[in-house]
Amino acid sequence: MRQGRWLKVYSLTYLVFIYAPVLLLPIFAFNDSAIVAFPLTGFTTKWFEELWSATVMHEALWNSLYVGIATAVLSTVFGTCAARASTRFDFRGKKAAMGFIMLPLVLPEIIVAVALVVVLVQMGISLSLFAVVLGHVLICTPFSIAILSSAFNNLDLSLEEASLDLGETPFSTFFRVTLPLVAPGIVSSLLISFTISLDEFIIAFFLTGTDPTLPVYIWSQLRFTAKLPGVVSLGSLLLLASLILLLAAEYFRRRANKKAGTEGDGTGGFL
Amino acid sequence: MSAVPAEGKPLLGGRFRFWLKSEEASGFKLLSPAFLYALVMLAAPLAMVVVISFWTQELIDFDRSFTLKNYEEAWTDPIYRVLMLRSLAISGIVTVTTVILAFPIAYFVSFHVKHHKPLWILLITIPFWTSYLLRVFLWKVILGYNGVLNSGLIELGLIEEPLTFILYNATTVVITLAHAWAPFAILPIFVSLEKIDRSLLEAAEDLGDGPIQRFFRVTLPLAMPGVIAASLIVFIPTVGDYVTPRLVGGNSGLMIANIIQLQFGQASNAPLGAALALSAMVIVAAISVLIVWSSRRFTKRQAR
Amino acid sequence: MSSTPSAGTIIDIERVEKRFGQVAALKKGIDARIREGEFFSLLGPSGCGKTTLLRMIAGLDDPTVGEIRIDGKPMNGVPANHRPTNMVFQSYAIFPHLNVFENVSYGLRKQRLVKAEVERRVAEALAMVSLSGYEKRASHAMSGGQRQRIALARALVLRPRVLLLDEPLSALDKQLREQMQIELRHLQREVGITFVLVTHDQSEALTMSDRIAVMFEGNIAQLDSPEMLYRRPISKRVASFIGVMNFFPASVTGESAKGVEAEIAGLGPMTVPKQQVPKDVTGREVTAGVRPEMMTLLFDETETAEREVMAEIDDVVYYGDMSYYSLRLPGCEELTTVSMRNTAGRPILKEGGSVRVGWGQESVVLLS
Repeated sequence: MRQGRWLKVYSLTYLVFIYAPVLLLPIFAFNDSAIVAFPLTGFTTKWFEELWSATVMHEALWNSLYVGIATAVLSTVFGTCAARASTRFDFRGKKAAMGFIMLPLVLPEIIVAVALVVVLVQMGISLSLFAVVLGHVLICTPFSIAILSSAFNNLDLSLEEASLDLGETPFSTFFRVTLPLVAPGIVSSLLISFTISLDEFIIAFFLTGTDPTLPVYIWSQLRFTAKLPGVVSLGSLLLLASLILLLAAEYFRRRANKKAGTEGDGTGGFL
Repeated sequence: MSAVPAEGKPLLGGRFRFWLKSEEASGFKLLSPAFLYALVMLAAPLAMVVVISFWTQELIDFDRSFTLKNYEEAWTDPIYRVLMLRSLAISGIVTVTTVILAFPIAYFVSFHVKHHKPLWILLITIPFWTSYLLRVFLWKVILGYNGVLNSGLIELGLIEEPLTFILYNATTVVITLAHAWAPFAILPIFVSLEKIDRSLLEAAEDLGDGPIQRFFRVTLPLAMPGVIAASLIVFIPTVGDYVTPRLVGGNSGLMIANIIQLQFGQASNAPLGAALALSAMVIVAAISVLIVWSSRRFTKRQAR
Repeated sequence: MSSTPSAGTIIDIERVEKRFGQVAALKKGIDARIREGEFFSLLGPSGCGKTTLLRMIAGLDDPTVGEIRIDGKPMNGVPANHRPTNMVFQSYAIFPHLNVFENVSYGLRKQRLVKAEVERRVAEALAMVSLSGYEKRASHAMSGGQRQRIALARALVLRPRVLLLDEPLSALDKQLREQMQIELRHLQREVGITFVLVTHDQSEALTMSDRIAVMFEGNIAQLDSPEMLYRRPISKRVASFIGVMNFFPASVTGESAKGVEAEIAGLGPMTVPKQQVPKDVTGREVTAGVRPEMMTLLFDETETAEREVMAEIDDVVYYGDMSYYSLRLPGCEELTTVSMRNTAGRPILKEGGSVRVGWGQESVVLLS
């Protein structure tokens, strides 16, 4: 098992590499100095206090929440229908249609952004948060579909048939059997889409017009050295929020699998 | 759809009504919202980009007559050529390093971790869920002139002057991207390693292969789909990355996405930007197809 | 166009065909009548269309052609939730998000009973399947056998006219399966409901059913009682699907009042009684069949049989209670299997020797 030990050392080193930048966030968020550099000068919470009174940032936060929630709901609705279609029904052109819907996963985001900006400008629709939502739904739907497909796949078809056989209508079957069993998948899809939307920069940057989302706001702050400690403390709050959302999503995904009677594969449902 | 018979109307109505109740129709109905959305918000815009790439920019409007001028400029102007080649080179290097660095950790988690696989995978994916923008920015903080690395090294007395070769060039872009895309490389490889039937490895050993031979004759060929997926997942989006070169690349690290953004922004030459974007897309697609194709041939040859 | 149901018929299957896209699952138009109160089995290898037929009775699929009537009422287009049938699924389909009580009472919600009545009927159903007191258990914590019982209780609590069972025992291990066969049989007698069972296991069908429809490739090959299926199979295929049978080439030489005269390779000329000749056996060249236990070895001179012949012993397989002899009969290329019970004092012969083989007229059937 010597090979195993070397691999373990390597893997732990790799984890340090992955985490190094992220771990700096909380460290410098509480550092007294106005420059983000070593040595640390002292403990402070003043950057967080500054955030508390940064009204532009608050607006950006609200914008992001609006975009994130709208995106999460829309892409989960699309994702639920599409995942159901692809797991339950067989029809001509299904593969092609699904492939097309999943395309944004492998398309550079700049292409999506450029394409949307061109068409919106041509159609005379002004750039706005709504435009950002349109773009985000496009890139989040594939993730929703992936998560919900796994939820629907784990759902035994005979459960729904049993419900029909026991006298329920297709409509009531959906609410008594299907929905309770895929609900955790739906929650997980909502959380993941929301998180992706909250972090997305390039599409928002192209489409947002005058109302910045949080990443666009952060981008505008990065140019000023004096603003960096503030950005770092904001970043650590976002990190915390993302973590909570991600863990919640994972929790619900596992519950979905457990409910449907299968064990989670532990690879994250979005693979 | 194809359910349009040449005969009279009642038949059409009858057949259509029958079709509406069929399984196929249920599938279509459920898939159509997402499909129509992708059609309107992705296919149509992409088509629009194609159309615009053949137009000419005039102050605020377009000259809508057909021209190949934009493509000519995109493919012949040395600036664009340099940026395109640099983007491809940087992405290529990033892809190769990321995949090579990712393989051992995926292998470790799949073959040597017994009870905590989900935990390891979670640990690997968590950084991916923190803002991309911030992760890239943090590398700037780490590698900058007054950055964490330099100030740390000076503090430790290892260097006296801050190192300057580590920020604002192509190398920085490579390091940053290799970091940002690590989970995307690890996960597909991990999944394909997990799918390998362990008894195949025992069979190889039983048939006389040592650990190294076994790895190259059984494990690696079977993990190839994951490696290819990882390569494409890293390569395709990194070619078009905008944030990283802009934040940490300096002038010598700029990539094609930056110039595309410039055309749509300050330079306000959308047709040229469209031509550049489409050219980049076509080149990336071609390379991806080539990777898939050659890997298939490779696996086939291995199988013999 | 529904004809009046003949007395005692509960399910009437008339010219039913089913196609899935281009694939025909049931092609030739199936006709069958299932009688009120009987234990009816659809038996056949996988892919023979038996499950498709069951699902069409349940209303989970619709026939492409033909009609199914239950209690004389045409069922085409009537969805599963409006049919007087309930089903036990192969996977049991126990709702994982509901506990045992909620599973069993699932279908009762529609009937708008008072709470006490629901509880009483659930308790009654659980008692029927020996699961009293398990109401509050989480369903995913139950074993395979218990889940099967929950599925039974969940269907029976609705007092269906017909209970449909889709391979209900296939997921259980051998011992539990045999125990459940007997229990299911008893349960059916007790509740008096018509059971329609789908299975690929011939011994399961034989032990439980009143009547069995043997299906091959989307057709019913023979519909009969277990005894008749075993003793009077109408084709080689049915005969070898249910148990073991020796086949001999035979040619018909004439017909008399007593039966059909035939020259049988290895057995010689014989008169096969009429009832042992299926209607569709016509023409000169036919096949004669004899079950291994319908022939006997004559160990000494005192033992006699109606007909006998000397045979060489090619192989002997010892099974404890039984011995199987592979014999070479004169004028017959194929080996013939004869099984003998190993009773006290009866010798077990060695291969290579020869022995007298005896049989009677009633042991032989003709097959198409």
